[in-house]
Amino acid sequence: MAFDWSFVQRYAPFFVNGTLMTVFISVFGILLAIAVGLVCAGVEIARVPVARQIVRAYIELSRNTPLLVQLYFLYFGLPKLGVVWSAETCAIVGLGFLGGSYMAEAMRGGLESVPKVQRETAYVLGLTPVQSITRVVLPQAISTAVPGLVANVIFLFKESSVVSAIALADVMYMAKDLIGMYYSTYESLFMLVVAYLVILLPISILGTWLERRFDYARR
Amino acid sequence: MHGAEILLQPGVFPRLLQGLWVTVWIAGVSVGVSIPVGLLVGWLMTLRNPVVRAIMRVYLDFIRIMPQLALLFLAYYGFARWFDWNLDATGACVLVFILWGGAELGDLVRGALQSIPKVQYESSYVLGLSPWQTFSRVILPQAIRRLLPASVNLATRIVKTTSLAVLLDVVEVIKVGQQIIDANRFQYPTGTLWIYGAIFFMYFIVCWPLSIVARRLEKRWSHD
Repeated sequence: MAFDWSFVQRYAPFFVNGTLMTVFISVFGILLAIAVGLVCAGVEIARVPVARQIVRAYIELSRNTPLLVQLYFLYFGLPKLGVVWSAETCAIVGLGFLGGSYMAEAMRGGLESVPKVQRETAYVLGLTPVQSITRVVLPQAISTAVPGLVANVIFLFKESSVVSAIALADVMYMAKDLIGMYYSTYESLFMLVVAYLVILLPISILGTWLERRFDYARR
Repeated sequence: MHGAEILLQPGVFPRLLQGLWVTVWIAGVSVGVSIPVGLLVGWLMTLRNPVVRAIMRVYLDFIRIMPQLALLFLAYYGFARWFDWNLDATGACVLVFILWGGAELGDLVRGALQSIPKVQYESSYVLGLSPWQTFSRVILPQAIRRLLPASVNLATRIVKTTSLAVLLDVVEVIKVGQQIIDANRFQYPTGTLWIYGAIFFMYFIVCWPLSIVARRLEKRWSHD
């Protein structure tokens, strides 16, 4: 069967909506992941006694289980405990739960990559503790952490494809739906690939630019 | 916390373990075949031939930018229509994971091979080693140290991604869990919570040791 352009024209708006859903879930999921990552990295760096063990356990659990199972647990399991969340909330919380640990590891890695002697030297040179962190440690830590953070953002955008499994109408869901209803395999898969390229190519290019912009500590 | 007894019902746990075995099998075969594919791809990536380079570039970039679930759809629904090649769902999963694992591992191999300074090759020749001896005694041991931690991490990722097989209706651990939940809907209304909880920890128990191994290797070999 030949490629049917009229089908693409007719159903492209569905994919635009799906793309918006993918971007919506991903952006909020990633923001939550960054917030969770900041808190966890902070707890680990500051060596807060009990919280630190909890954070470690969370990071191991989150990194070593698939997002799909996390989502099923949130969406189908939690209501049995009386916690009923919408599919959107589950998807964002799920991405935040998964991504939080990845973000935390990237941030911690960045901070730990700055040798202690840097801060000591800053003190000796007469900088205040706050100055030595904001002017000396953080700029270097951010520079080292950026490639990891960028990779995590792209990873989370891709992982968001899994939310179609809890009936959220993202691009993946649209493709599956149209294949199921009209047997329009060529056209739907074509639109699926285009949709992901439209979402991910600019992010990937932006990420490369950011990495170059922030690589001063490694030059 | 009533309802947890569902896990102790005869047949429930053994069936989940059988499902887990399918998961581990798909991941194991994929990782196993990815290794030679990755070595080949990595070697091809280091070639200077512009055509080979371009093909490898497109292959790697396409695999990297597409979500794994989209790749699974392309293989499962697409190949049947384009090539009249009716892969079953398990076959589609294994194929996609091999193509994905091969690309990622290939890039690691390329990085490891290129990270070894040229002077190592030159010194080996000067010391009278043959090209094969140079590769097997000097280059490979160093390349493997740079390669192995990331490869173990990749294996963990492949195990986790195997969970997507359920969305193509492969009867693996999640599908078995769903069947158990449906069959016990009335006796154990809270079964969903416990079964998905159990599957969550099953994945964890498979992946966690791999993560620990990767971390240990990284620590031990990070000094050279």
